[in-house]
Amino acid sequence: MTEPSLTGKLIAWLADLVHRVTGLPEPLVRMLGWVVGCLVIVVAVLLTVVYLIYVERKISAWIQSRIGPNRVGPYGLLQTVADAVKLLLKEDIMPAASDKGLFVAAPILVFATAVVTLVVIPWDRDASGGEISIGLLFISSVASLTVIGIMMAGWASNNKWSLLGGLRSAAQMVSYEVPQALALVCVITWTGTLSLREIGLGQTGWFFHWNLFRYWLWIPALIYFTASIAEVNRTPFDLPEAESELVSGFNTEYSGMKFACFFVGEFASMFVVSLVFSVLFLGAWHTGIPALDRVIPGPIVTYVKAWVVVLVMMWIRWTLPRLRVDQLMGFAWKLLIPLSLAAILIVGVVVQLGLTY
Amino acid sequence: MDRQECLSTPAASEEGMEATAFTTEELVINMGPQHPSTHGVLRLVLTLDGELVVECVPHIGYLHSSLEKICERRTYVQIVPFTDRFDYLAALANNFCYVRAVEKLMGVEVPRRCEYLRVLLAELQRIVSHLVWLGTFGLDLGAITLFLWCFREREVLLDLFEATTGQRLLYNYMRIGGLRNDLPPGFIEKAREFLGYFPDRLAEYDQLFTNNRIFRARVDGVGFLPRKRAIEYAITGPMARGSGIDVDLRKTDPYSVYPELEFEVPVFEAEDCLARYMVRMEEIRQSRKLALQCLDALDKMAGEPYQAKVPKTIKPPAGEVYERTESPRGELGCYLLSDGSDTPARFHWRAPSFANLQALPIMARGGLVADIVAVLGSIDIVLGDVDR
Repeated sequence: MTEPSLTGKLIAWLADLVHRVTGLPEPLVRMLGWVVGCLVIVVAVLLTVVYLIYVERKISAWIQSRIGPNRVGPYGLLQTVADAVKLLLKEDIMPAASDKGLFVAAPILVFATAVVTLVVIPWDRDASGGEISIGLLFISSVASLTVIGIMMAGWASNNKWSLLGGLRSAAQMVSYEVPQALALVCVITWTGTLSLREIGLGQTGWFFHWNLFRYWLWIPALIYFTASIAEVNRTPFDLPEAESELVSGFNTEYSGMKFACFFVGEFASMFVVSLVFSVLFLGAWHTGIPALDRVIPGPIVTYVKAWVVVLVMMWIRWTLPRLRVDQLMGFAWKLLIPLSLAAILIVGVVVQLGLTY
Repeated sequence: MDRQECLSTPAASEEGMEATAFTTEELVINMGPQHPSTHGVLRLVLTLDGELVVECVPHIGYLHSSLEKICERRTYVQIVPFTDRFDYLAALANNFCYVRAVEKLMGVEVPRRCEYLRVLLAELQRIVSHLVWLGTFGLDLGAITLFLWCFREREVLLDLFEATTGQRLLYNYMRIGGLRNDLPPGFIEKAREFLGYFPDRLAEYDQLFTNNRIFRARVDGVGFLPRKRAIEYAITGPMARGSGIDVDLRKTDPYSVYPELEFEVPVFEAEDCLARYMVRMEEIRQSRKLALQCLDALDKMAGEPYQAKVPKTIKPPAGEVYERTESPRGELGCYLLSDGSDTPARFHWRAPSFANLQALPIMARGGLVADIVAVLGSIDIVLGDVDR
């Protein structure tokens, strides 16, 4: 590898500082670095979620010609904090007939899977929570655990609406994982690697080197984006919690902190899929202009890109109505999956003919 | 119900041990009376096979407040505010029907300017009511933005109503033989201004919602109400017109000054939710046209009286009367039986929501849970009107 990136230099400098000040041996400092690094990432993402919720409310307000939160703190910036405090202080109600263990475990699982995925996100060419060579596989397998959490919630609540919501989510998430994984296969075929870092490295240089702008890779990009929206249960695919149909779906019986876990988990996983999308298709930590890459630290670029993707998701949510359950399944099986298979074929031919660049 | 009963469980019977031995059971579920999209306190007992609706039984009466009986203990004048509370989204339409019934019973001739004012307000009320319907219909289908856009436009009209009547929802405005007061200054200009830019807003709704493919997929071919069944169930209003029945009391049994006004009655043959949607959207446009014509007519009649001469105590001669008008929801009927005293001996309200709701099971059966929400939204019920 060539010279370390800005972020890499910063990390090395910090590690060196700790090493010199405390006198701890190098391996211990490195281990400490992992712990601290993971904490920084998780806290940063949780803070991001707080403001994602705020921004979502503001954006919906602007789209709907309202004002949005503006009471708590300047411009309502502390609104989500106040909401979180309210949820924390609420009585923790557990339905008498619920399956207690599962009822408690479900929100934890949903929240945890959203956060765990962050580990493998590369923030720069030499900065990530844990660089593993099968990052993509890790992400798609961890993300598919969410469905278990939601089904657990639906089942454990012992409420028929929750159950319907849980079943819907099982059907939906399992179906949408297929096109999502197939879209990933296109990227893997093209780049020849499962490592997120190497996929990011492959997009170095000008923005037309981003996967999104390469021959036919915009098709898997679109498929991946659509399936991601379904994966995180947002409109037009928000059937598991379709408010006007299933009251509140799988989280009908949840209140207080457990509800907050679902809520934060939803936003966190929305941010995570956006991060993955920007790493896979939007050039990861590259600004798209080589000169700028030397000035702007990678993590900031990745972060901003993820925000842009999230904003598009929000825009979609406040524009479209909700699909019906059969249309939802039809969309996945009759349109997205054949399309992604075709995309694999095209990408395969392009790669075989050596047309990659 | 036990959880085991509502889930499909593998059959454990001895002979049914083949690979496909798998029994499923139907799930009985209560939709309402507290549910986000039953538009009030309606309770539907659904029998579901998975997501498929096998049976749908509406249970009504949660908002029953015996209003008809209460009205029989009030004087004719005191009844007006009660009529507001039947169909609370179209209070002026209710006022209109009731005062017409009493006037018919007493043989009162209402000044022409008053008729125009009433029709103007009734048509603006129709727009307001349809805007609430459109917004909640969008909400039912998951399009939250549309709801607030509709309320943005509704707000302008509510401000006008507030300036005129002092109230925003339950107006208590029409009086036997006339109106409580004249229009406030500036009403006509403001109404013209609103009706001027309103078509642009309707075009926005079309862009956002009507032409949306997801919306089309959700309502096209959903919730069939065959023409024959609609007639059998005495369905009226936009629902009937969405099933291809050309019935609009403003045309078929004209009252007030409607014969002098120019408008069309939209009729769609498709018999589904989309047809009912289209009917109402077109009705909003026609109501706008009617309101503009009324405004033009009112310009020429400035200063004319808005109240007929009626006795201080209203005591209609003994007899009975049935007066019907076209409310935003369908045929609104008011039956009065007078024994010559100052209270009606019998007061009956023919509520369009009540009659239209009967058709829900026909339309819901065989659909999915999500379709019930769409169908219910397309009926446009007001529970105050259903239960009274």
